[in-house]
Amino acid sequence: MSLVKCTLKELQDRFTRGDVSAVEIVRAYFLRISVVESKVKAYITLNDKETLLSQAEALDEALGAWRKTEPMMAMPIAIKDNICTESLPTTCGSRILGGFTPPYSATVVDALRAQQCFFIGKTNLDEFGMGSSTEYSAFGPSRNPWKLSCVPGGSSGGSAAAVAADECVAALGTDTGGSIRQPAACCGVVGLKPTYGRVSRYGLIAFASSLDQIGSITKDVMDAALMLNVLAGHDPRDSTSADKPVPDFTRAFKKKDVKKLRIGVPLEFFAEGLDQEVYDAVGEALAVLEDLGGTIEEVSLPHTGVAVATYYIVATAEASSNLARYDGVKYGFRAKESPDLLEMYRSTRQEGFGPEVKRRIMLGTYALSSGYYDAYYAKAQAVRTLIRQDFDRVFQDVDLLVTPVMPTPAFQLGEKIEDPLQMYLSDLYTISASLAGIPAMALPCGLSRKGLPIGMQILGRPFEEDVVLRAARAYELATDWHKKRPLIR
Amino acid sequence: MSIEIRQVEHVADLARLQLSREELERLSTQLSGILAYMEELNAIETAGVPGTASVVAGDVNVLREDEVRPSLSQAHALSNAPEAVDGLFQVPQIISDR
Repeated sequence: MSLVKCTLKELQDRFTRGDVSAVEIVRAYFLRISVVESKVKAYITLNDKETLLSQAEALDEALGAWRKTEPMMAMPIAIKDNICTESLPTTCGSRILGGFTPPYSATVVDALRAQQCFFIGKTNLDEFGMGSSTEYSAFGPSRNPWKLSCVPGGSSGGSAAAVAADECVAALGTDTGGSIRQPAACCGVVGLKPTYGRVSRYGLIAFASSLDQIGSITKDVMDAALMLNVLAGHDPRDSTSADKPVPDFTRAFKKKDVKKLRIGVPLEFFAEGLDQEVYDAVGEALAVLEDLGGTIEEVSLPHTGVAVATYYIVATAEASSNLARYDGVKYGFRAKESPDLLEMYRSTRQEGFGPEVKRRIMLGTYALSSGYYDAYYAKAQAVRTLIRQDFDRVFQDVDLLVTPVMPTPAFQLGEKIEDPLQMYLSDLYTISASLAGIPAMALPCGLSRKGLPIGMQILGRPFEEDVVLRAARAYELATDWHKKRPLIR
Repeated sequence: MSIEIRQVEHVADLARLQLSREELERLSTQLSGILAYMEELNAIETAGVPGTASVVAGDVNVLREDEVRPSLSQAHALSNAPEAVDGLFQVPQIISDR
């Protein structure tokens, strides 16, 4: 089998056994990139091939015949370009961070680097993570490897496309309202948004701090567990990171079934607006989970219908505050020849931010402004509590929830770009898990008649990623959707 | 819910964005549409419901000892500055000569 087709687990095993060298891995992935990247456009910045090759040579030499390896050693990983990497430019897909090279790395980047993995490059995203298609990137959109005229989803569309197109073995993404899960579903790969607090956000450039979470995009569920093993853990540099024990998540796979697991199907996620093909594919997936020993029951999350409105107030309010730091003083882009300081702020931000970021800053500033704060921001925070309570209640009766990831398969480039509200509504099914802070996973469960992937979503209780992973892996072993790969043309 | 251009201008001023006339007009329409959609929240009864600012359990402050630790050097911290002079960030003049 071609090296680039390997899952993370397969590549780790081959490297550990000495069947493949670090140099061969780097060469194989850069060859693959040279063939498909001009079509897929997954990356904003590629790491320097010669630098990686010399690192790989040194690694091969040091290992010799001993092969005492770390799990991530020599693994070619892609990083979403809103996660800080010392010595590699970090753009957030925005003009306003032009020329910025972080003086430090994110905690997750340090954790991967400590195991001597290879950072292949920084992947494309909607500017600051704000979007569902990568079309809001200042560097232009990425393409869906399954159909190049379609979006790869977003905002972590570059990471999802890179994994689906075999341009890396696994990637880091970030998820604020679905930005890992929705692109994973669009590209037929696996996306895991861990519980809020499970993974350190230190070095993740903030969009909405109470919602942002780093996670993985991988070729299968096994790989998601392997990535979480490296990413999870308490970090004193992120006061919201949870001081909880981190298990070996692959132990969740000891059981190959879902016996004794109670699986809830929230009625509100299967209502009007859901594409029939998606409905059928998720229905079939539920039948598989039932065959594997799970009990399926209908449940209700009554506030699902107002989750999008709640999210777009909370997230934009936080964004308007977080993005106040881009003032042209300390880093990044500065507008030329401003007569005074205020003028410099105003023209730097006007020229540096793209249309969606400006729209969200405006919406958030409005929601926080005097006279509107209670009607919008305080109201949305209260409704957020009700959305959380919905989940608390159903998780007394069931262990997991299964839903679609998006209402339709991937849409066409340009289809929603002129209508921001339609774009927001494509996040309908992913947003409530973000508001509640619970773990959520997207995995492939079908292909549409047009040959586009369909994803299912599994939600679990806070810090029960292991239960989500167990059910997802049992489903994966019983089906072969995760083995389907696009033919890029 | 409709939001007038005058209000859009005020919000843009708060947000330090120098929007063009065309952008102001487009945002007036778009924000009106989005805010109209947000009105569905008014149908939800929230009297007495505390707001969620963070999902972190307990929501307590995290404190640490106030001790000296290694940090970025001055040169490193300034390395991304669009303009720097004498170890400082440089900005347009803010105090008049007169």
